Amino acid sequence: MLGKLKPLALAAAAASLCLAGGAASAKVEGDTIVLGAAVSVTGKYSTNGKHTMNGYNLAIETINAAGGVEVAGKTYKLEIVYYDDESTPARGAQLAERLISQDGIKFLLGPYSSGLTKAIAPVTEKYGIPMVEGNGASRSLFTQGYKYLFAVLSTSEQYLAGAISLAAEKAIAEGRKPQDLTVALAFENDPFSQDVRAGVIDDASTYGIRVVIDDKLPKELNDMSATLTKVKAVKPDILVVSGHSKGAATAIKQIADMKVDVPILALTHCEAADVIGKFGAKADYTLCATQWAETMSYSDDLFGSAADYAKTFEAKFGYVPPYQAAESSASVQTFVDAFQRAGSFETDAVRDALAATDMETFYGNIKFDESGKNIAKPMALRQVQNGSLVVVAPTKWAAAEMIYPRPKWSDR
Amino acid sequence: MSNLQLLFDAPVLLVQLIADGILVGSIFALAAYGMALVWGVMNVINIAQGEFVMIGGYVTYTLYSLGVHPLLGVPAAAIVLFVLGWAIYRLVIFRVVDRDLFVSLLATFGLSILIQQLLNQIFTSDVQSADSGLDTLFLFDGMVTVPHIKVVAFVLTLAIAGCLVVFLKSSRLGQAIRATAQNARAARILGIDTDRVYAATYALNAALCGAAGALVVMTWVIQPFQGLAYTVRSFMIVVVAGLGNLPGVIVSAFGLGAAENLAGFILGAEFQIAFVFGLLVVVLLVRSHRLKRQRRYLK
Repeated sequence: MLGKLKPLALAAAAASLCLAGGAASAKVEGDTIVLGAAVSVTGKYSTNGKHTMNGYNLAIETINAAGGVEVAGKTYKLEIVYYDDESTPARGAQLAERLISQDGIKFLLGPYSSGLTKAIAPVTEKYGIPMVEGNGASRSLFTQGYKYLFAVLSTSEQYLAGAISLAAEKAIAEGRKPQDLTVALAFENDPFSQDVRAGVIDDASTYGIRVVIDDKLPKELNDMSATLTKVKAVKPDILVVSGHSKGAATAIKQIADMKVDVPILALTHCEAADVIGKFGAKADYTLCATQWAETMSYSDDLFGSAADYAKTFEAKFGYVPPYQAAESSASVQTFVDAFQRAGSFETDAVRDALAATDMETFYGNIKFDESGKNIAKPMALRQVQNGSLVVVAPTKWAAAEMIYPRPKWSDR
Repeated sequence: MSNLQLLFDAPVLLVQLIADGILVGSIFALAAYGMALVWGVMNVINIAQGEFVMIGGYVTYTLYSLGVHPLLGVPAAAIVLFVLGWAIYRLVIFRVVDRDLFVSLLATFGLSILIQQLLNQIFTSDVQSADSGLDTLFLFDGMVTVPHIKVVAFVLTLAIAGCLVVFLKSSRLGQAIRATAQNARAARILGIDTDRVYAATYALNAALCGAAGALVVMTWVIQPFQGLAYTVRSFMIVVVAGLGNLPGVIVSAFGLGAAENLAGFILGAEFQIAFVFGLLVVVLLVRSHRLKRQRRYLK
């Protein structure tokens, strides 16, 4: 099957290259708007790269099926040219160059991960090509003064800050002072996780919560036992861990194996690591940061509600959409909205329209600040309760109260 | 230094850290034996060591997801990897065995990249783990917790080490391996099929890694790109122990495991691996210094 398709795909690629050579200036061909993206099909981000691609594809298919995009009185279909960035930033930057200068693409969708986005953003900036991304959350992306970068997701420092406020609320409700609380931090030593850490530390200091452990886990390390031994000894009120899927899986496994008792455990990447599927009851009572959940009450005209989106996605791809897919779909919607409002395909007009975005989607509200990050959508926290994820914060979308404190291992 | 203070206040933590370190070191020891064997006998430094460990992990994980108890993955992974190791020898390694060390480094490095990507294609980059269903041992009022799986790993390592020593000492193949290690040419003259010996050595190494991988997937988590940590640690353990020194490999693996854990606790996790590398440099410096002195003597 694949063997037969390959020559065809190659021929198609060659043909599109010829076409690109012919009409290098415009990437709106006839009645098709061509977007470009480098995503991780192979390499260590390939799982999330696939979610990203599925999100993009679902959005363009849905939009095309609904009649396409109407810009200045004419209807256009959407199409995406993909390249595989092999999960390496250098390759991502190369491919962005290629998409822009060789293929003549004028509108880019983001890759997966902050690292890749960081590598590509300088390229799009150099050529003045707008890029809308949904998978680069590192806050350092938004301190460079980029004008053509727009992110629909909440930035990394917001990921787990909510866990600290939640802990403080609980302490006040119990008649304790937040200042008496202590927090232990274990974050992987990479830009994303360190940003998450910065957000948590900021929040901890506003409440006067003391940081008693602050470990940076090397990327190569898949053993947290030294840190967890410390946690057992100093007994903090909150333990916050972030280190992508590996960090989440390692934390859940070793906390259960070493029977570490801590009233609140908060993680990132629970869904990506599938902690419930893999570890079952061991994952119970964990707080997980999420950009989006299908139970939230957002909706739009294209996909319907968040739950409808999840249903459409699952019917097509056979699995429940993780937030990585949802934010990718929302990126395409953002572009479409900007095209319509700009009424042209002039990159600067589209860029200005993007900057003025103020819309509601199934993924949440989208409104960009000066730096291009979305300021209209908060992060949510879900807790694993009886093997399913339930939204516990922010209170507006909370489906249940947080179970607090986590029951001791000896009582489970 | 408040962490150090913590150790003085509650010395029982020291027990936890050292116990953890030694138990963890035992898993590294398995992969390190294999590396010492291949290095000593074939003069090949197998960079794909960690990837063999990952394959062993995935074999066990696959069985586990089919409903087999992961402990059975230890022999299963060893057998699968033995066959695979033999095949890889026949395909690739035999071409580089008598060549410059650099050639074999490159070849096994290439192998490691190939294996990573294949694993990624087959199993995706998701993090996987297998639950052994074993409980945890509580000591000192629950202050020291030792997951049973780590104890199992420890005992298995010692048992496998014992078997390996007996095998190398007394079996025909084991004697042939030792003879080849001492002098391949002389061994050939005496009628030993060194090519077969090399294949067996490499396959044996892969089998050891497979067993280690099965233990890794039960103790921690695996991912196609996690292999390097095991290659590096095996390398260090062998360098510290010296070639052809199996008991040395075990002792240095335990020592490194414990040192790593203590460093992680006292200096913070960010220095856990850096500390071990620092230790390696010190060991190498001390050793080269000693060698120099010896050389002067001989003159």
